[in-house]
Amino acid sequence: MSNATIADKRPGALHGARLPKWSPWAIAAGSLLVAVGIGAGAGLDSKVQWGLIAALLFLFATYGIAAYVEGRRQAKDRIATGLVWVAFLVALVPLVSLVWTTISRGVKVLDVYFLTHSMGVVPDSQPGGGIYHAIIGSLEQVGLATIIAAPVGILTAVYLVEYGRGKLARAVTFFVDVMTGIPSIVAGLFILSLMLIFDMEPFGFAGSMALAILMMPVVVRSTEEMLKLVPNELREASLALGVPKWRTILKVVLPTSIGGITTGVMLAVARIAGETAPVLLLVFGNRFINNNPFEGAQQSLPLYIYQQYAQSAGANAAYDRAWAASLTLIAFVMILNLVARGIARWKAPKSGR
Amino acid sequence: MAKRIDVSGLSAYYGSFRAIEDISMTIEPRTVTAFIGPSGCGKSTFLRTLNRMHEVTSGGRVEGKVMLDDENLYGAGVDPVAVRREIGMVFQRPNPFPTMSVYENVVAGLKLNGKFKKSELDDTVEKSLKGANLWNEVKDRLNKPGSGLSGGQQQRLCIARAIAVEPKVLLMDEPCSALDPISTLAIEDLIGELKERFTIVIVTHNMQQAARVSDRTAFFNLAAVGQPGKLIEIDDTERIFSNPSVQATEDYISGRFG
Repeated sequence: MSNATIADKRPGALHGARLPKWSPWAIAAGSLLVAVGIGAGAGLDSKVQWGLIAALLFLFATYGIAAYVEGRRQAKDRIATGLVWVAFLVALVPLVSLVWTTISRGVKVLDVYFLTHSMGVVPDSQPGGGIYHAIIGSLEQVGLATIIAAPVGILTAVYLVEYGRGKLARAVTFFVDVMTGIPSIVAGLFILSLMLIFDMEPFGFAGSMALAILMMPVVVRSTEEMLKLVPNELREASLALGVPKWRTILKVVLPTSIGGITTGVMLAVARIAGETAPVLLLVFGNRFINNNPFEGAQQSLPLYIYQQYAQSAGANAAYDRAWAASLTLIAFVMILNLVARGIARWKAPKSGR
Repeated sequence: MAKRIDVSGLSAYYGSFRAIEDISMTIEPRTVTAFIGPSGCGKSTFLRTLNRMHEVTSGGRVEGKVMLDDENLYGAGVDPVAVRREIGMVFQRPNPFPTMSVYENVVAGLKLNGKFKKSELDDTVEKSLKGANLWNEVKDRLNKPGSGLSGGQQQRLCIARAIAVEPKVLLMDEPCSALDPISTLAIEDLIGELKERFTIVIVTHNMQQAARVSDRTAFFNLAAVGQPGKLIEIDDTERIFSNPSVQATEDYISGRFG
């Protein structure tokens, strides 16, 4: 559409007709009603289909009405906004549905007793028992994995950003990329082969090592990005004060990016906290409480969930426990994320006037 | 306390690209020397070779000699970290450390080098901030973040930070180019005071500024883009601005350039 036509349409005016503010909501409500009508009328069972029809109707109606009232350019703007919203809702649906299902099924047996007892003398088909042994196992395995992977990962990233030049740095970057793609079962098999060579029984720390392998590249990647965000001027300012490079990194670069690094480590922890495959191979699972990660089989939350589901022959009590354990795991990861955000906010460079 | 700088036959490279070629000059103690010249002629590069900051850039390499009194900065076994403690630097954009308070910013150089006595640090902070004409403005907010100050205050904070480590020479890379005229004036006054104690070298694009603050002025130029920058002449500021010995200098100063 050329300028001339616009000028013809609204001579001498910089403001054209606008749809009222409530119009997107009205169009959304309208298309939802029509979609329900179509869905019920055509006898479509799946609510997902209803939702998709509503989304499509909303987009078309928005474009049509906006193009008629406001003009083609504004209609394109509105359809882009609409697409963003629809994509947002589509992404939100599975998340809300997952959280809702887990919470509604998980709260059934989730109580203090459940959190403080093991499955020691409870058969899988009977109600009772708890996940204390799995929580202990998860905390210890994930904690040890973090103690191994976080320093190695952060130092690798420091090397890559602050020192890395030439072939070695390129090789390290390449292998970190490759490591990011390692399937968790392969990391498990790798440690398992070591375990077989040395003729060892399953124990918690073996799982930690596999988890550390999975965690390391994630930590390296996120830390690298955070370190790259630190302005070069700060490094130069510090170097120009006659501060050695290692102290500059320790006292200026790392404190400036500590918030982001912590967030990255916490997200990596969240990623490995849900790993089942290597734990299944290396830690094996245990009905009893085993506080020692260096000797004897342990339990962990994801493994517990899997075993309750797979080995209970469909007993409702076991399903309930699996859901409650899932809820605990989600809560654990969410608490970690909240802690990470808290640290990030607390440590973030302040601008306060 | 201030020291003389004697540069001879200095060339600086970025990888294989020669940025400045064969520069020789003497910078007397307790003077202000201004570097002027068109963008890309190597003023900043040359400034950064004077405290070995040039080699921080990847591919940065230097040939030639820089004598600080009677020590060659590029001699064998010279520690660049020690050089930078003797020769401080203030950058174009104010860059206080964002995680530190005003107080911590000033003592950063000392603290990062491992000096920790509280009373000494307190004295240094007051002395340096007074030296940078900032004390009265920030004495009640020493524990607030340094990045909360205004641009001009931040730049003076950076100067305070640089003089807190008691350097012999202070290098300034266009210290006023990001500041308003009032802050610029404050910094120019400050340069006048600081030259009692330090040897000062300042890069500037503002010729009035060079004329106002400096005792000696060096004019840099480059033959063409891609060619290395060269020192055209260095002389007393008055002579450079009234009766320069090279035509190119006069053209540049009077705006008849290019």
